[in-house]
Amino acid sequence: MKRLANIYRLGVKELRSLYRDPVLLFFIIWVFSGGIYTVATATTQELNNAPIAVVDEDQSQLSTRIIHAFYGPYFKTPELITLDAIDPGMDAGLYTFVLDIPPDFERDLLAGQQPTIQVNVDATMMTQAFIGSSYIQNIVTGEINEFMQAYRAETTLPIGLAVRTKFNPNLTSTWFGSVMEVINNITMLAIVLTGAAVIREREHGTLEHLLVMPLTSFEIMTAKIWAMSLVVLAAAALSLQFMVQGLLAVPIAGSVTLFLCGAVLHLFATASMGVFLGTIARSMPQFGLLMILIIMPLQMLSGGVTPRESMPELVQNIMLAAPTTHFVSFAQAILYRGAGFEVVWPRFLALIVIGTIFFLAALAFFRKSLNTAQM
Amino acid sequence: MAELSVAHLHDVSLCYSQIAALDKIDLEIPAGCMVGIIGPDGVGKSSLLALISGVRKIQTGQVEVLDGDMRSSRHRTNICPRIAYMPQGLGRNLYMTLSVFENLDFFARLFGQSRTERHQRIDELLESTGLTPFRDRPAGKLSGGMKQKLGLCCALIHDPDLLILDEPTTGVDPLSRRQFWQLIHRIRERSTGMSVLVATAYMDEAEAFDWLVAMDAGRILATGSPQELMTRSGSANLDAAFIELLPEEKRRGHKELIVPPRTSQAEGSLAIKAWNLTKRFGDFTAVNQVSFEIERGEIFGFLGSNGCGKTTTMKMLTGLLPATEGQASLFGHPVDAKDIATRNRVGFMSQGFSLYGELTVRQNLLLHAQLFHLPQGQIVARVNEMIEHFKLNIYVEEPAEKLPLGIRQRLSLAVAVIHQPEILILDEPTSGVDPVARDNFWELLINLSRNEGVTIFVSTHFMNEAERCDRISLMHAGRVLDSDTPAALVAKRQVKTLEEAFIAYLEEAGGEGSNTSSEVVVPPVVSHRKQRPGAFSLLRLFSYARRETLELKRDPIRLTFALLGTVLLMFILGYGITLDVENLPFAVLDRDQSPQSRDYIQNISGSRYFIERPALYDQAELEQRMRSGELSVAYEIPPDYGKDLKRGRTPEIAVWIDGAMPYRAETTRGYVEGMHYAYILDLAQRTLGGIPRISYADIAVRYRYNQDFKSIYAMVPAVIPLLLIFIPAILMALGVVREKELGSITNLYATPVTRLEFLLGKQLPYIGVSMISFFGLVALCVFVFGVPLKGSFLALTLGALFYVTAATGLGLLISAFTRTQIAALAATAVVTLLASVNFSGMTDPVSSLDGAGALIGHLYPTTYFLILSRGIFTKALGFSELYRDFLALAAFIPVLTLLSLILLRKQEK
Repeated sequence: MKRLANIYRLGVKELRSLYRDPVLLFFIIWVFSGGIYTVATATTQELNNAPIAVVDEDQSQLSTRIIHAFYGPYFKTPELITLDAIDPGMDAGLYTFVLDIPPDFERDLLAGQQPTIQVNVDATMMTQAFIGSSYIQNIVTGEINEFMQAYRAETTLPIGLAVRTKFNPNLTSTWFGSVMEVINNITMLAIVLTGAAVIREREHGTLEHLLVMPLTSFEIMTAKIWAMSLVVLAAAALSLQFMVQGLLAVPIAGSVTLFLCGAVLHLFATASMGVFLGTIARSMPQFGLLMILIIMPLQMLSGGVTPRESMPELVQNIMLAAPTTHFVSFAQAILYRGAGFEVVWPRFLALIVIGTIFFLAALAFFRKSLNTAQM
Repeated sequence: MAELSVAHLHDVSLCYSQIAALDKIDLEIPAGCMVGIIGPDGVGKSSLLALISGVRKIQTGQVEVLDGDMRSSRHRTNICPRIAYMPQGLGRNLYMTLSVFENLDFFARLFGQSRTERHQRIDELLESTGLTPFRDRPAGKLSGGMKQKLGLCCALIHDPDLLILDEPTTGVDPLSRRQFWQLIHRIRERSTGMSVLVATAYMDEAEAFDWLVAMDAGRILATGSPQELMTRSGSANLDAAFIELLPEEKRRGHKELIVPPRTSQAEGSLAIKAWNLTKRFGDFTAVNQVSFEIERGEIFGFLGSNGCGKTTTMKMLTGLLPATEGQASLFGHPVDAKDIATRNRVGFMSQGFSLYGELTVRQNLLLHAQLFHLPQGQIVARVNEMIEHFKLNIYVEEPAEKLPLGIRQRLSLAVAVIHQPEILILDEPTSGVDPVARDNFWELLINLSRNEGVTIFVSTHFMNEAERCDRISLMHAGRVLDSDTPAALVAKRQVKTLEEAFIAYLEEAGGEGSNTSSEVVVPPVVSHRKQRPGAFSLLRLFSYARRETLELKRDPIRLTFALLGTVLLMFILGYGITLDVENLPFAVLDRDQSPQSRDYIQNISGSRYFIERPALYDQAELEQRMRSGELSVAYEIPPDYGKDLKRGRTPEIAVWIDGAMPYRAETTRGYVEGMHYAYILDLAQRTLGGIPRISYADIAVRYRYNQDFKSIYAMVPAVIPLLLIFIPAILMALGVVREKELGSITNLYATPVTRLEFLLGKQLPYIGVSMISFFGLVALCVFVFGVPLKGSFLALTLGALFYVTAATGLGLLISAFTRTQIAALAATAVVTLLASVNFSGMTDPVSSLDGAGALIGHLYPTTYFLILSRGIFTKALGFSELYRDFLALAAFIPVLTLLSLILLRKQEK
């Protein structure tokens, strides 16, 4: 009972301290509101406004049709350039795609000579390059087929193919971007807030003060974890409600409550991690650098930015120990695909295990770190 | 002496939030003498000095110093080299990792002294302060007294006309204190025109000054020579005189404090026992075989200077630090860090302020009352009692960090006794507390000891407090010199006062720097060359750059992170991030189960992009397995597929793709369609023996710059810009905000260094470090990842130089907005992470962004360096193709510097 009361009191103290730090408060609010809005509306993982140029050496009816087939939102209005403008334009990164329609294309086509259209793709633009080139192939083929229909009988393929996309039928990237940003912010803030809270207490000498009181390291740590988790959870919940579902009008497939339950487990794990890092680092600048070294891989390799299955086997296995991998996995399952508890429970379990390990490690280090501190 | 007064203040007021620090001050400070500003803490002494020195911005009123208006920045710049300011706090303007010599050298350079002049002055100052043997010791490892001496040396390096010292001897042992004042006197003998302005809470020191200003509550009580003040109030000493000068309501209830003798009621039972306690940190012995026994109800004092081991001993008693050797026990139980029950019986007040600065006075008291589990009903009453007792009434709703030092200490005391402990361990509880409050506090202590039997273990550097203890231990350099009742100690040394006794003990122990008394008087150096203040000076700039480099070099962890961190992240990101979509898990719901359908499936599972998972049995299972994310793709082959195919009835295969991650879904769709057409061609060839005409034209796709279409070639050159903005910006932002937090920013306010010199000087070392990590990253790219550098390395290096300059400039800009390191950290992380990952063209070109994202993309340096890095790495481009991006990148540098310059203030607000 006394323990619970202590944990409660200390947590309230954390909340009050946070309330008095306007800069930090502003940033928490910003990352969950404006930050999400800008990311969601600006990033385009699917093809959007791809810069394209066309060298029209044919100047025929068909070539004009092909040029007009490229329009927004997938492509920018094609720029008509000359042959020798291809290299400088692509070098400067002005165009990701350049189409070269050869001379006499239409005539050769009608003569059945199977002419070739060249598509130059800037392959350093990984995201756009592949998707864009398959779009271009479809569009060009479609235009040619339509054009030819006027002259030849239609040929059908022996097997039809109906491709449907589940969970996000139009592949709108706002859906993906906004929710992923909420997920990433949860991880980042949980680590930053708790870790920094530990260091601030140590730098100000208040930690020692707590340790000579009838309090245990367990109580001090737990208080920080619940208080900071609560802040992040509340901010995330509000953000999902008003930013993601409200302003950005992104439909959430599954139960937000289930997601938040999982988020609590994730927060337990990441906030413990924050305490752990705060214990290892000796000063705030050190914590900052350490945090970056930890957060970057946690987020980049979790499967939230790029698909997990494309990573090297070793990386995939190592990342199984990271809470973000499980968090991203169940968050995507619940929020995008509407999965229920029966689907995501193994992930929840993994988070509990990881969280407990981090928590115990942090606890073990907590008091020890004080002993090595001089003065 | 041309000037009659060195400073003239008229109607000066200063407020911090609601509390008035100075209230309509009118003051004329005579020139050429030693002026003391006396009064307890929190009465406005520091604010007054900060205004006179030009460090703090004037709110209302007129301040004239050295014949000019301190509101005019031109006048401030002109007289800045004539003023020296030493802020409050032990070595607050010093750099702790720098050696004694390096600290002095830094200040000398700021004042534009030539090499020979610098060395001559430094040698002279070190000689006369007795610091010569410690020339190469880091400032952080000096004792408190030596730190103050070093601070004084730094202030005196440029022969100021006005020397301003804010509580220079607080927390310093008596021997060092005596030496400090001897030093000041010798300096004044040498340069007679110099005015010295000292704030102090030690009345005994002030008695030797020429002229005094007694202050209380932001007002001036009286001015005049010590003799005048004493005669005016009819007191024998200044302590008493000051109390007499206080307004009636403050004096009320104050009387000479008398310690009643101990009634030996609890004789024999020991409260605290320590034997042979020793603590070593590495090869440094902080506490050396300390033994003592404290009886219940006794007041036991530890007398000694800062850094002599008092604090460490106390921490061992509380269980905060384990002893290296020896043992300690409380109430007969050995000290055990896990013993919660004992902690309820102990009250601890650590040195310095250790409460929650952001909580109000009441919140702090309530929190501690609750954590000690006082009975619910009594908490409020007890808190109010404490507020009353410690006179905190007017501060109740004020955040603790906003309180003046003295008031904060009072609050700490209140917190330490709120749960009525049986043992009180107080580490320098009264440093900085005014005499009246100190007596009040001791009254409480005596009451606790005598009437309630509380054992009190207190450390102090005040002699008069030590005299009130039942027994004291004299501590120096980790050892107890002697231990007895104060009277016995005085008797043993055959001197008159405890102070003299202590000094005798110290001299016997061969205290550091005790050879100061050697009268080395070197003729003052004539300054050969005076830097015109205000003008831009490379010397001052490099002085800051040099100092920052030294600090960075002395912080191996920060340095390692800065250099190795980038390389480590490069490994992780280079191997981990891949935009190649491969190994997609798929499963098939085959409703036909014919050889034809199996043939189609085999075609897919043979692809390197797909990995087959156990087959599906029905639609519900398909739904469920896709929901869990186990399957990225699901195929459904209709019944009678094989039959229909043979009869030419065009069966249709349905494919479901997981659209949760749009990028992956798009790519997957491309694969699915591609394989479908390839299969049809293959099938046609096998069954019909010829290729059907399914298209009229060929589309030849050329993947340029990255023929293999491997994401590592595209990603690795993109990761370099990402990493080179993170770490440099964060290091830089912390570098500046750290100075704000630690207080060394005062050197910007108080020395002639300009804002531009400060900013650029601090920036240079970080640019250097970032360039080193840049070379490391390029080496990693080329030799480990095998990504060839096709273009000019020189061009890339130049671009990187522009880029890290801009990145550190961004850090500087962020540091202008943030006050705490934690805020700077969060701000920099968010700003750099968000913008560089999302808006700079790392995954999508900036030209395809919309709205705010596009705007940020165009106004962010990473965008341009990304083009450079990719262009030079993969496209073999050079200056001629990329000059626009070079120019854009270069343009960030003056813009960011200018913005930081505008936002940085040369005065404290």
